[in-house]
Amino acid sequence: MLEISWLAIALTIAAASTPLLLAAAGELVVERAGVLNLGLEGMMLMGAVIGFIVKVESGSWFVACLAAACVGALFSQAFAFFVLTLRANQVAAGLALTILGGGLAAVLGAGYVGVSLAPMPRIPVVGSELHPWLGLLEHSPLFWLGLLVVVGVQWFLFHSRAGLVLRAVGDSHDSAHALGYSVLKVRALAIAFGGAMAGLGGAYLSLVHTPLWSEGMTAGRGWIALALVVFAFWRPWRLLFGTFFFASVTILEIYAQGFSLAVPPQFFAMLPYLATIAILVFLSSAYWRGRSDAPAALGKTFAPPY
Amino acid sequence: MEVCGCVFVTCACFMATFDVSPLLEIRAISKRFGDLTANDAISLTLRRGEIHALIGENGAGKSTLMQILYGRITPDAGEILLEGKPLAAGTAAARAAGITMVFQQFVLFEALTGLENLRLGLGNGMKPRALRDKALAFAERYGFWVELDRRVSELSAGEHQRLEVLRCIMQEPKVLIMDEPTSVLTPQEADGLFETIRLLARNGTGIVYISHKLREIRALCERATVLRRGRVVARPDPQKTELDAMARAMLGDDAVALADLAETEDKATGTLSAVPSVPTMPSVLPPRETTRLFVEGLTLPSVHRQGVGLSDISFSVAAGEIFGIAGIAGNGQNTLLEALTGERLLPHGQEQAIRLQGRAVGQLGVLARRRLGLATVPEDRHGHGAVGDLTLKENILLTSTHVTHGEDALVRRFACSGGWLRLRRAGMVAEQVLARFAIQGAEARGPDTLARKLSGGNLQRFIVGRGLLHAPDLLLVLQPTWGVDAHAAARIHQALREAAERGAGVLLISQDLDELLALSHRIAVLARGQLSRPFICADFKDSPAGKSELRHALGLLMTGLGGTSTNPDREKVL
Amino acid sequence: MLIVRIEPREFDTTSTQGARAHLRVLGLAAVVPLLVSLLLGGLIFLSNGIPPLHGLHAFFIAPLSDRLGLTELLVKAAPLALIACGLLFVFRANVWNIGAEGQFILGAIGATGTALFLVPQDSPFCLPALFLGGVIAGAAWAGVVAWLRAHLRVNEILCSLMLVYVAQLLLHWLVQSPWRDPQGYNFPETALFESSLMLPILVERTRLHLGVLFVVPAVALTWLLLNRSLFGLAISVAGRAPRAARFAGFSQKRIIWMTLLVSGGFAGLAGAVEVVGLTGQLVPRISPGYGFTAIIVAFLGGLHPLGVVAAALLVALTYLGGEAAQVTTQLPYAAAGIFQGLLLFSVLAFGFFSRHRVRFTRAVQRPAGQVLQASANLPANPSANSSTNPRVDL
Repeated sequence: MLEISWLAIALTIAAASTPLLLAAAGELVVERAGVLNLGLEGMMLMGAVIGFIVKVESGSWFVACLAAACVGALFSQAFAFFVLTLRANQVAAGLALTILGGGLAAVLGAGYVGVSLAPMPRIPVVGSELHPWLGLLEHSPLFWLGLLVVVGVQWFLFHSRAGLVLRAVGDSHDSAHALGYSVLKVRALAIAFGGAMAGLGGAYLSLVHTPLWSEGMTAGRGWIALALVVFAFWRPWRLLFGTFFFASVTILEIYAQGFSLAVPPQFFAMLPYLATIAILVFLSSAYWRGRSDAPAALGKTFAPPY
Repeated sequence: MEVCGCVFVTCACFMATFDVSPLLEIRAISKRFGDLTANDAISLTLRRGEIHALIGENGAGKSTLMQILYGRITPDAGEILLEGKPLAAGTAAARAAGITMVFQQFVLFEALTGLENLRLGLGNGMKPRALRDKALAFAERYGFWVELDRRVSELSAGEHQRLEVLRCIMQEPKVLIMDEPTSVLTPQEADGLFETIRLLARNGTGIVYISHKLREIRALCERATVLRRGRVVARPDPQKTELDAMARAMLGDDAVALADLAETEDKATGTLSAVPSVPTMPSVLPPRETTRLFVEGLTLPSVHRQGVGLSDISFSVAAGEIFGIAGIAGNGQNTLLEALTGERLLPHGQEQAIRLQGRAVGQLGVLARRRLGLATVPEDRHGHGAVGDLTLKENILLTSTHVTHGEDALVRRFACSGGWLRLRRAGMVAEQVLARFAIQGAEARGPDTLARKLSGGNLQRFIVGRGLLHAPDLLLVLQPTWGVDAHAAARIHQALREAAERGAGVLLISQDLDELLALSHRIAVLARGQLSRPFICADFKDSPAGKSELRHALGLLMTGLGGTSTNPDREKVL
Repeated sequence: MLIVRIEPREFDTTSTQGARAHLRVLGLAAVVPLLVSLLLGGLIFLSNGIPPLHGLHAFFIAPLSDRLGLTELLVKAAPLALIACGLLFVFRANVWNIGAEGQFILGAIGATGTALFLVPQDSPFCLPALFLGGVIAGAAWAGVVAWLRAHLRVNEILCSLMLVYVAQLLLHWLVQSPWRDPQGYNFPETALFESSLMLPILVERTRLHLGVLFVVPAVALTWLLLNRSLFGLAISVAGRAPRAARFAGFSQKRIIWMTLLVSGGFAGLAGAVEVVGLTGQLVPRISPGYGFTAIIVAFLGGLHPLGVVAAALLVALTYLGGEAAQVTTQLPYAAAGIFQGLLLFSVLAFGFFSRHRVRFTRAVQRPAGQVLQASANLPANPSANSSTNPRVDL
């Protein structure tokens, strides 16, 4: 039984990592296209609130998730407009998106605070009654979607022509423009994808993780997802390790509170944030820095020649 | 393969003889940028298989015209016909119609492999394996070889060029535009490129060749169009026209002024030394009494993983001497510059490797070396030598903090050493520099002009002027006339000569052999981080044959084939 | 086909005509995005069943109708302006300290700790000591970021933000366990300071305290340092062109350290002022997000000290409006975030429209005569303009 409990913990952790995984996979694509979108937190909150509202009003899980993704994508296009068309500073525009998203989500969800939902049903596994291990594999559809997205992004970036163009745009927008590729179009699409994934990640929080809505419920996960992209060196499959690690730190906090240790709970709550810093420090060593695949044009504004 | 090529060539010749309508017609193209007329009703025709030279100074409008042709810039007026049909707007349309361009600054993706770069350059969805075969076939047909599986950032400048050319010719273009393609090539590599270009032309491609190197144009082109200040001023036959006449057409009124300038700087010859194609060499080696800079056994890795570091470099610069370091960019020039200026400090125990005025400075920072009399003119005007968004008087403060020596009292006292700025005095000093170097473009606001409002040549003159403010004992100059008009280049060369005459040591690092040959007393070559032994230019002065012998020897060293290279086979020449 | 063309717009400000045109465009570029964000705000009111004009009135006008409202505006604007002054240093140096919230909290903690444990109650130096405690704590918190950024080259955006969450949790722990007032009926608060440790109130029966006046010297000092000192020049150069800064001999590490310490110190001072001037104790919600909002203030003020003062007043109004709207229109307090986000977006739009002209053209080829009317001035070297530096482009 001991083995099963370890496996159970591992799978709980994996499930808890889904919102990070979705948001980070989206942001990874955005950054590979050379755009730094710091508005993840805002887009996740928008996705969380819209997903929740649509679920309560329509009753359909699918429509709720779809709506969350669409809102995330639409909302991200505000950022895209400022950053791409108006050539605004990406850091400032991303912060604006975070602040605006937090405010909008609070206003939209004001009437839904305290409403509770049954959690999203899990996908049944055939034969789960035969062996308890198989039963552990029952998870919400969004969990499997998260894994699928990572695989899909990996394939898209490194095995498709469109992914090659996207990486090219992120490496040198001037060169891509000179070869006739539409830098702004590629980036706008990438940002929309990132927004959709962030929206889904937010929806996971409000529909699966803690099926209720509260203001600021992302609690900095958008920012941690940003750090995860750095951690993954802009390679999708490495996100799996990163998200798993961070989710396990979060889970540790919950377990530790259960053990009523002498350490105050606030210090356990600090762990994910401190771990983020620790990881960033670790990766900043010269050895790892040389192995990073940071897109060369990341964060730079593209102004086409007139 | 050879048979194939022959048949191909014959067919193309056949077509060329029978089809007399022009391949490309540019009709009265105009483009204005605000007050500046970049192109004023320019017309040009290109025949199949023709290599057409487009000549002009920096800022004459060549690049604008070609960017319009390539669809990157939309013209204000005029039209372009390709095979009689008007060309639609946009780069994608131009490329689809068969126009490609080899850019002066390579259009490559550093993080991607050579093959991926080729895939991006070819619009169709060809499978990578088929593409590789096609690339190898083309490379073989045109007689050169490129690395396809390594990242572009790991390749040399020559390989970048070949990759870029390969990508263009694989599209089997009708029109190929080449913008200063030899600026990063050694003379030998350039010869290889010329062979490729001729072969392309024989196959029927029309080639527009942009350059200001008249000698190359003479070797390569059948017809030429000369631009000056956005207008067509002459259409000489490069095979029949004297170089001097072409230069005069290119420079116009400036030629007279330049001749005056040249006379003052070189009375002995009286030639137009400012025109890069007609270099004069310094005749005597100055006496080596005082050593300004002494470098011995300098070894330093590059900060970038793929960058070229320095291995065991030794040389010295005497007072009154201009010491030239030739070499293609990317062979350790940046590392050398950073090590010499103090932007990078040498590791402990190596401080003796660089001695300035007899003092070991390997561990001293920028400010300390500046106090010892070092002044620097870096390659990059925007963002290194000057900050575009700051005013000229603020820019003049960049190299003046903590320095207290200079020709006059004002210069000695305007700089600050922390605390508050002395902006009014800085303005007066900036005013002096503007006047002394006849810098244009700052008339309205004087020292309050933003640096980016100056043209490249004027800003470079300002930076050189600033470098000379504190009467430096050692002047470190990297590519001082890159992208600068002839007038400014002449001024800058004159300033360097004057600095040397006054007793400063001048270290000139450049990839322009003409410039080096015109100025330097001694020249060494930096290739793959290693420095060759210096050539004394006066030894080659006597005959024209000597000069070309020196040029050839330097070129070989730049390619890395001159004996210093550890593995000469690695780099195949074009 | 309709083609949208974006062209740089520059004005010859040496002539009165050019200067006037410049002002006109600046005015338009400021007013139009503001109107658009008000319109969007109105739409959000409408979607919540509140008449837009009523909502906007409740948000922006009603709070200013009495003396109390006006003084509250100053009380809220002061910490914003103080933090934003510090942020000018980092943002101009292209160092992205977005953790001013954490530095503010640490300032409050530092001042409280000094008051509770370090100063004797009747010393004349005790008040300055509280502020010093706040400044040191705030600067130290930013110093962590500086150390990570300068010596380990860690991304300062992420680590400064992570430290905000850590600071918040630290604050919660302090007020819940070790520093909790034993006589406080178990509320998570520290004991109230002695009145000798509080700043005097300037206007009777309001909360307007002496600390608000700190803004004046802070703004003056910021302006002087940024525009007239070598430190300010080094910041400008490092922010715009790091290579030029190295070339000039300005140490990048030192600039990171200095700017972050200054900005943390300003945020810490603001936190101390909040505790010493306003609350008189440490409470869990010491900051309604001042540290984040100050980022908006810094941008809204065009990264200029005087602009920051005006921007702080405007943004403080959204806080008051948020509080008022909570009462009158039942919108959550966080609705203030909508207007703050919209304001920041407006600034970004302002920056663009004041620097570029947008033209719609129908065809590519046109008679040359029309073209010559174009008055957009372009710098002689287009390369300088298209250069992509990561600086704040507003």
